[in-house]
Amino acid sequence: MSSPAKISLAGVEKRFGPKVVLDGIDLSVARGESLVVIGGSGSGKSVLIKCILGILKPDAGAIHVDGLDAVRGGSDVREEILCKIGMLFQGGALFDSLAVWENVAFGLIQGRKMNKNAAKQIAIEKLKRVGLGADVADLRPAELSGGMQKRVGLARAIAAEPEIIFFDEPTTGLDPIMADVINDLIVESVRELGATTITITHDMSSVRKIADRVAMLYKGKIVWNGPRGQIDQSGNDYVDQFIHGRATGPIQMDVLKR
Amino acid sequence: MNFLAVIGRIVLSSLAMIGNLSVFAARSASHVVRPPLYARHIGQQMLRIGYFSLPVVGLTALFTGATLAQQIYVGGLRFNAESAVAGVVVIAIVRELGPVLAGLMVAGRVSSAMAAELGTMRVTEQIDALVTLSTNPFKYLVVPRLIAGVITLPLLVMVANIIGVYGGFLIGTERLGFNQASYLQLTVDFLERSDVVSSLGKAAVFGFIIALAGCYHGYNSKGGAEGVGRATTNAVVSAFILILLSNLIMTIIIFTQ
Ligand SMILES: Nc1ncnc2c1ncn2[C@@H]1O[C@H](COP(=O)(O)OP(=O)(O)O)[C@@H](O)[C@H]1O
Ligand SMILES: [Mg+2]
Repeated sequence: MSSPAKISLAGVEKRFGPKVVLDGIDLSVARGESLVVIGGSGSGKSVLIKCILGILKPDAGAIHVDGLDAVRGGSDVREEILCKIGMLFQGGALFDSLAVWENVAFGLIQGRKMNKNAAKQIAIEKLKRVGLGADVADLRPAELSGGMQKRVGLARAIAAEPEIIFFDEPTTGLDPIMADVINDLIVESVRELGATTITITHDMSSVRKIADRVAMLYKGKIVWNGPRGQIDQSGNDYVDQFIHGRATGPIQMDVLKR
Repeated sequence: MNFLAVIGRIVLSSLAMIGNLSVFAARSASHVVRPPLYARHIGQQMLRIGYFSLPVVGLTALFTGATLAQQIYVGGLRFNAESAVAGVVVIAIVRELGPVLAGLMVAGRVSSAMAAELGTMRVTEQIDALVTLSTNPFKYLVVPRLIAGVITLPLLVMVANIIGVYGGFLIGTERLGFNQASYLQLTVDFLERSDVVSSLGKAAVFGFIIALAGCYHGYNSKGGAEGVGRATTNAVVSAFILILLSNLIMTIIIFTQ
């Protein structure tokens, strides 16, 4: 943690109308570190990542990626930041009008202006990397199972060999075995690239497999932040309730309040 | 009291939407002049807007022209019936009915399809994914559709005009017993170059409106499948209103001395 942070957030706030989603987030991720953010559904985990990507603009606070100002920097700075980042979306977000290989090669062809044939070769290579054969390359995303779509999304996220990768609920909606396969793929590809990552999940097996460090988001704040090894002895009631999946505790679900 | 409040709310929200649409249009325009331009996408969209709208637009024009001819004939114009029918049909079709009907038919098909497509891309985070892959969604999705709309609608309206006049010609010659050659001659005599130019100019504006309404509502849709449905309906409604409104304004400007 002595090296300068790859990603740092200070006092980040985000509201939608009257609804406060992020309420002063301070967080930093060191170079090469794997941070996992846990928290219940609707706690603002995706919003947090979209603020770093510049898809959403925070109402207050500062975000820096590699020292570049993600909030106040112009579109050039944003471009530069986005070039460093690969993203696996919660629902896959594959382009359904394009073939699988075109999805994987999209950033290479459109973003980096690579020639189509070269990009297709890389796409097929990356697909193989996530355990999909070349026969899948020409199919449409709609023809694939959920697990395969996630893997294509993963291949697309790592295709341009980014320095930073965000994974938004990579295992949600998959069976436990496929979830484990995806977790392994994430760990392997991240190690290969030496990338800095933020993973969002509420799947504790992902946490134990992927995380160097864990941060818990609740009511717009980071209520706990520590190394993976300490998560079982965090002494934090929120974390304890979350990792054991108990309905009673300091975390009040909306259903219980009514 | 309540009634006034409702009207006020509708007026305010309409004004807000026109403002937002203008900002959206300006933002798109700023991307038209900066590369890259996705030429292949423009071609694809032209095919979708134009080619696949041909049957419905052609059919509408044919029946409208035919009905018009019959109506004018029975409308009491016994003297000079032939020149009245030929003249009114060609003027009405080229100046107003061709562009407006083609615009409305295409709006029903295309604005809704665009809103559904972009709306689905929005709610499934595909538009966000474009951003993370260093591709500007305005350039990649919106601009090709707008350009295709502006280019394609005039072509489509040209076809609609010809088919509409042909519809009148069919009724005139087959049913009302006019001479074919003289009907065509009268049609050509009545038509002026400025009519054709204004017809195609209107068509270009309608093409822009159709694509703009579809893209705007799709791009800004939220709230899952229901939101996409709402975006689709709103796209068609606002395209219809804007086409009719802009048509009135253009007619006033063009045809007032
Ligand atoms: N674009 C948006 N407009 C309005 N509200 C939003 C938007 N995006 C997210 N929200 C709200 O912010 C909250 C957090 O959402 P999200 O970050 O997606 O949760 P999760 O932690 O499950 O990823 C939710 O209550 C959601 O309704
Ligand atoms: Mg989420």
